[in-house]
Formats: sequence, C-alpha cells, structure tokens
Amino acid sequence: MTSSNDFQWRRDRDGLGVWEHRGKVAVVGYGHSPVDRRWDEVNLDTSLGAYTIMACEKAMEQAGVTIDQVDGIVCCDSHIAGGSGGTASVWAPRPYFDPPYDSEYGLTLINAQWLINTMGFKNVKFAPTGVPTIGEMVGMASQAVGDGVCSTCLVIYPTGNMEGRYRRGGENADDYARGARQWTVPWGNHGGNDFINIFPHRQYLMKYGGEHEDLVHFVRNQHKNGMLTPWGYNATHNVQPISVEDYIGSRPILNPLRIWDCDRPVNASAAYLFTTSERAQDMKSQPVYVLNHSQHNFAFRTTQPDLDEVEMWTDRQAARMYEGAGLGPADVDIFNPYDGYSIMTQFFLEGVQWHGVKRGESLSFYAGDISVKGPHPFSSSGGNLGNGRTRTAMYTDSIEQLRGTAGDRQVTVRAETALCAFTTPSSGGWLMLGKYPS
Amino acid sequence: MPKIIPVPDELSQPFWDAVNEQRLVLQNCTACDKLQYPPKADCQVCGSADYLEWKEVEGKGHVATYIVIEDGRLNRRMLDQPYNLALVTLDQDPTVNFYSNLPGVPPYEVPLGAAVEVTFEEVAPGQLIHEWQVVE
Ligand SMILES: [Zn+2]
Repeated sequence: MTSSNDFQWRRDRDGLGVWEHRGKVAVVGYGHSPVDRRWDEVNLDTSLGAYTIMACEKAMEQAGVTIDQVDGIVCCDSHIAGGSGGTASVWAPRPYFDPPYDSEYGLTLINAQWLINTMGFKNVKFAPTGVPTIGEMVGMASQAVGDGVCSTCLVIYPTGNMEGRYRRGGENADDYARGARQWTVPWGNHGGNDFINIFPHRQYLMKYGGEHEDLVHFVRNQHKNGMLTPWGYNATHNVQPISVEDYIGSRPILNPLRIWDCDRPVNASAAYLFTTSERAQDMKSQPVYVLNHSQHNFAFRTTQPDLDEVEMWTDRQAARMYEGAGLGPADVDIFNPYDGYSIMTQFFLEGVQWHGVKRGESLSFYAGDISVKGPHPFSSSGGNLGNGRTRTAMYTDSIEQLRGTAGDRQVTVRAETALCAFTTPSSGGWLMLGKYPS
Repeated sequence: MPKIIPVPDELSQPFWDAVNEQRLVLQNCTACDKLQYPPKADCQVCGSADYLEWKEVEGKGHVATYIVIEDGRLNRRMLDQPYNLALVTLDQDPTVNFYSNLPGVPPYEVPLGAAVEVTFEEVAPGQLIHEWQVVE
C-alpha cells in the first residue's frame, strides 16, 4: 500500500513546456485544525494526530467525499520543529497512551500509515513515504492525480510545536560540526533560512537602497490580512497588527532581522483534497483547477548564496512556472508567496514580476497600497507572518479567492488565477491555480 | 566561548589538513579553471571529478556584507552574543565566499568593503579554522 517516493514526478527543470495535465486536476476541499501555539503533551484532543484527523475530515466534508473514495494520501512525515533536532530530540521517548497514541505517531509525528490505520482508509493505493514539505506535496499530488496513480488524494501538512525554545538542542547543542555544518556552524550559522536570506537581503538594500525597517509595511499588511483569516493563529488569538514603533523597537535576532520578521511556530494541521477535474464536477464544493506545479532545488555555488544567485534562482523559478502554466506576469491575479522570514519575499515578488514589480522595487511597492481591498492585494493570505507557521495559508487563501469565499479578505480586483508557494529561493515548489480549467 | 569544532570527512580532510598547516587550499577544476568551496564530489561547472585538484590560494578577500548574531541557536556560542558574522569574498574569485566573525572588530562596527586576510584560529587542540582579519 505504501510506495516509496522516487521523485520522478517533479517538474524541476527549465524548458519543460506546458504541463500535460493543465486544468485536468482540481482542488476540491481544504480543512484546518485550530492553530495553537504549542501542544501541552497532555491533551489528546489537541495533539497533532487529533488535529490532523480534524483537518482531513473537514477537507473531505467540504467536497462531500467519503473515506472509501480516498485512494491517495500524501502526508509529510512529521514536522516537529524541523530536522535540526531541537527540543524534538528530548520529546521522545515518553510515556505513551492507549492506541492510536501508543507511539510518537499521532502525538508529534504523523505519517500516511498512521492515518490509514487510525481513520480507517480502506482503498488507499498511493501513500508515498519520505514525502517532502507542503511546497512540493501539492505538486506531487497534482501529478499523481493527473497521471492516474490515484484519483482522490489527500495532502496533509502537520506543523508541530511544543514547550521550549525552537530548535535548540539536538545538533545545535553539539560542540562539533559535521557534514554540511562544518562549513557554517563554526562561525555561528546554524544553517536556517534566516541565515540563507539575511545576507542577500542586506546586499539588496545596499544595491537598490532602502532600509531594513521599510519591511514594516509588508509585515503590518500580513498581520492585517491574518486578522481577516478566521482559522489563523492571529485571528483566533487576537494578535493585533503591530505598529511601526513596535516593529522598530522589537528584539533583533540576526540583526537587522527582528523577531517580527520571523513567523510564529505553531501546533496545527491542514489538509487539501485533490481529484480529477472530471470527478470534481460531481462533488459538492466549487473546484479550483491546477494549471501547473513546479519545483526547484538549486545547489549553492559556495558557502553563502549572494544576491546575484538568489535573483537568478527566483528568475528561473518564475520562468518554469509561467511556461508550464502557459501564463505570464500580467495573468496572475492572486499572489501568495512564502513569507516565513519577511526578508525573502521581495525576491519572489520581483522574480515573478507580479503587478510589474521589477528588481529593486519591492520596498516602494510595499509602501503603497497593498491592502486586500486595494489595487495590489499582495499576499492576501497574510501568509505565515499573519497566521502562524502553518505554511498553508498561501494555499487556502488562493482557493478561497478563486471561489469568491474569502470573506473580509476577498479582493476587489479580478480573481481568476492564483500563484502560491511554500518555497525558499533555493528549494521548494510553486502551484498555479485557476478558477477555470483553461 | 570556544567556537564549534569542524569534523573533517573524507572529502574535506585535505582542506582541514591544510588549514591545520595554516594554508588555505580550495578545490580547483583544471578543465574549467574554476575554484570551488566548500568542496564537492564533482566540479559544479563541468560535473566531472576527474579534473579536481587542491590548489593553495592567496588568503586575501573583502567584506561583502555582515549581520550581528544576537539570538542564535547554537549553545556553544550563546555567551558570544552579540557577535559579527561577515560574508567575505575571495579576491582571486569573488564568487567564492566564506563566513568570518572578524576577530578584533567590535560587534556592529564592521567596515563594509574592507580588505581582509586569512588567519587561523585554534578551536580545539590541533584543530584550526580559517578566519579573516581586517587589514589596517
Ligand atoms: Zn570543471
């Protein structure tokens, strides 16, 4: 039942042409659990397993799909505070509970097999292991449905968080630096996307002008959009948008990177339901169509990517996506790039050239009207800065905008195509959605 | 606080051996005439391992940009905070870069664009790492 992930499904090269399944795959449902700051390690109703089941049920319910109709499950095997060990390394082993909570699976880790056993899926024929992050999972599911490997596929992305400082411990507590870390850690770089992007960001400011603090307009707008997203952390915990003064006075992490430039780790789960466009017509939800998916995994040419490298990578990502979708910059209505650190979003905006924004123009674009009701509703989801680190708001908002169900976030401009991603400049994937199949 | 100690592997052993002799040697593809750091199994230009050799380079560079680590995740460096983390490009090939804490430069006072030269710092008995020092 569980097959291995062979990566043949990826669209990760330049010049692949229009996607062969363009418009033939649809997203028909999504579901979000509550978004908590942490799991308390006691309440089984708020564990990552319980939240994942809840998210799956909501996604299926939205489309009117039953357990028996699901024949594909693409689930990221975990996502507890990431791969750097961190406090995850001291969370397990622990005293366990009765089944299905008799191992770490269901508590802080989720995989397809646990879901199949626990939820009682009987007809799953595609359940790959070693699944990457949501940025690639949506492409993996789209390709699997398009290729006929499965016809109704759940994509599940759990993001766990528990007590303790994020990603402390594990190899970050080690006195030695092994493998790739030997080239970064001796000088203080633990190897995260904060480090990867802060240097090109500083070069960006030096090359094009502007101050780091100019990002406050973008960060504030993310917070505002987050307050308009009913399921997100900010809206459910009444996290009001920060002021300019709050931002400028906030704690530096990797100076000039501040705490408000970083998304908030949360304990939550989300699920999406993909099927063929043909089957989607008989389901109870309004489908949105997959126009292309693309991935990238660019090798660093030296220790630290610089601005030139990041700009080249994001240009290539944009070209791949536009080519596969048969669209250009002027065709993208909704744009939800990744914002887990505020300092990388400008690279995507300028690579994709959304609303004509060229290299070096993001900070002035942010200073203009980027509100959801204005002419340039940039990142209408509120992203991760506005909703917590679920890495899924970009997808859900895109679906809702195309359906016209985004509520207070609904844009006033045309909403027929949406480009969304969880990706860094070097690795990840993009998804183009359409209100119509062609 | 002491820095974190690199653990050489098969690929990197010649590099760290040279560092321990206070020399900076990088991979060089003789077919492409291209330096490569950190070391990789193959030349990133031509994809071949056949023309890769170790080449000693002149340890001269410039400070491209920098940050100040105020709240990092590495236990062993917590007491050093805040400390500079500069990006140094190699003069011989500015597409090759290195990290440096710029020993001797107070935090936040990094001279952007300044010339630097390689120096070596002991992080454990018998294990040096390459660092960069601002040239006055
Ligand atoms: Zn070569």
